[in-house]
Amino acid sequence: MSAGTNKIDVTVTDIVPLNDLVTRFKFERSDGELLPTFSGGAHTVVEMKDGEVSRLNPYSLMSDPNDRTAYTISVRRDEEGRGGSLFMHRNVKVGDRMTISYPVNLFALDLRAKKHLMIAGGIGITPFLSQIRQLDYANGHFELHYACRNRALGSYVDYLTSAHPNDVHIYFDEMKQAIDLENLLDGQPLGTHIYVCGPAGMINWVRDTAEKLGWPREAVHFEEFLAPQSGKPFQVELAASNKTIEVGEHQSLLEAIEAAGVDAPYLCRGGACGQCETNVVDYDGEILHRDHWLEDDEKQSGKKIMPCVSRFEGKILVLDR
Amino acid sequence: MSTFEFPPSITSRPVWGKLEPRAGKSHLMIADAEGAEALLKLAQADGSLMTKAHIMYFPGETGDTYIGKLEELAPAQLYIGPSYEAAVPRLRRTLAGAHMGLQVYLTGTESLMGQAMREATDAGIPHTAIQTEHRGSVARRMQCVHCKGITENVMTDPFVCSHCGLNLFVRDHYSRRHAAFQGVCVDAEDPGNVPPPVELYS
Repeated sequence: MSAGTNKIDVTVTDIVPLNDLVTRFKFERSDGELLPTFSGGAHTVVEMKDGEVSRLNPYSLMSDPNDRTAYTISVRRDEEGRGGSLFMHRNVKVGDRMTISYPVNLFALDLRAKKHLMIAGGIGITPFLSQIRQLDYANGHFELHYACRNRALGSYVDYLTSAHPNDVHIYFDEMKQAIDLENLLDGQPLGTHIYVCGPAGMINWVRDTAEKLGWPREAVHFEEFLAPQSGKPFQVELAASNKTIEVGEHQSLLEAIEAAGVDAPYLCRGGACGQCETNVVDYDGEILHRDHWLEDDEKQSGKKIMPCVSRFEGKILVLDR
Repeated sequence: MSTFEFPPSITSRPVWGKLEPRAGKSHLMIADAEGAEALLKLAQADGSLMTKAHIMYFPGETGDTYIGKLEELAPAQLYIGPSYEAAVPRLRRTLAGAHMGLQVYLTGTESLMGQAMREATDAGIPHTAIQTEHRGSVARRMQCVHCKGITENVMTDPFVCSHCGLNLFVRDHYSRRHAAFQGVCVDAEDPGNVPPPVELYS
């Protein structure tokens, strides 16, 4: 077990559709007590009981970190995904009891920064909402650059521009507006930290540009949750627990290990945190690495796998679990 | 040769690296005495750095030895000053006006690197992003943990605190905030029982 597996029983107390794709959910503790505080950028893992299938998806907490009465998350509907977001959109009703994890922060503000430069793409806006609230309390210095498809799909655009008219800059793709990144990064005062959350292409673009301009790695923070992708079913031997399990087409390796009753560590379930890193004892085939955690040489070595997002194709895979 | 291999020690003790050219919008290079040699080597590795470089150099006892060679590098700015202390206002002004994309290179004595590192981290650069290379003297900048006074250029262990006069043992315990190693009274339990001073790393 790990820190993020401490559970909280909550009740859904509000559901607000924001636009065609995004809906906001509010959770309060079912026992009426207060929730733990969290820091801006933290996420919670929401457990969804969809009939026989159990799904655990991470969502950034976007409410005020100082408000312990409720947590809110915003869920973007993903028609192509494995069904977690569709379940949230279609099946979850006000009054439902759900289980969420304690908050975990893999995308915290570095409070040594003199200025926080935030870059968001689409639903990647959510962690910044709680970070900005946190900075409000401390009178922190930030600037947000938020790119989204159009005004209708720009979640929280109106709120952000009215609350922080001088610090928030919006870019609509459909109006051919784009972040002029080199110009934006050039001339930032010493001590500025970059935070980027959005699609992989955006994260890589920001990281590469910052590196080229001489920004230290330590001043560039990013978060991208990968959703586990579906793939061919495969069989895995769990050496330590002496079990052989099947991983289904739409199931992640981690979910299959859990379904077999084997306790496996995890935090983010999105290939980012490194908590579920597992040793590969033996394999004959191809490990399909899909995480952001392992270094390239570790991926090539065939000795490690991140079961939350990575899969396998081949004859034999034996894990030390 | 101006280099010295420090033996492995406790984690608190700073570990110095080797300067290497890095991509950047501008380059701030701060050196004292034999630290000039590391800058000359850096320029050899990538001469184009110098068109965007500001060098602050304190020759100290090396006098004119390296000044001509540094001038030949033709950096965008070359400041040669009598001491680091006298240049602190200049360094703070430089950092206050600097932008992200600035690379910082520190080379020379531990005292210089430690103090310049403190200014650079106060200005918001993560300490792990600042390059260093030790050159020249192994003398230490020591803080007396009792009176908090700083004694510069400590070459022996133990030594006498220049402020309160206690006999201090030279520790590898380092403070980034003070940019100094810690000196602790060596004869507190048995006053007067002071081991004979030994030169550092001799």
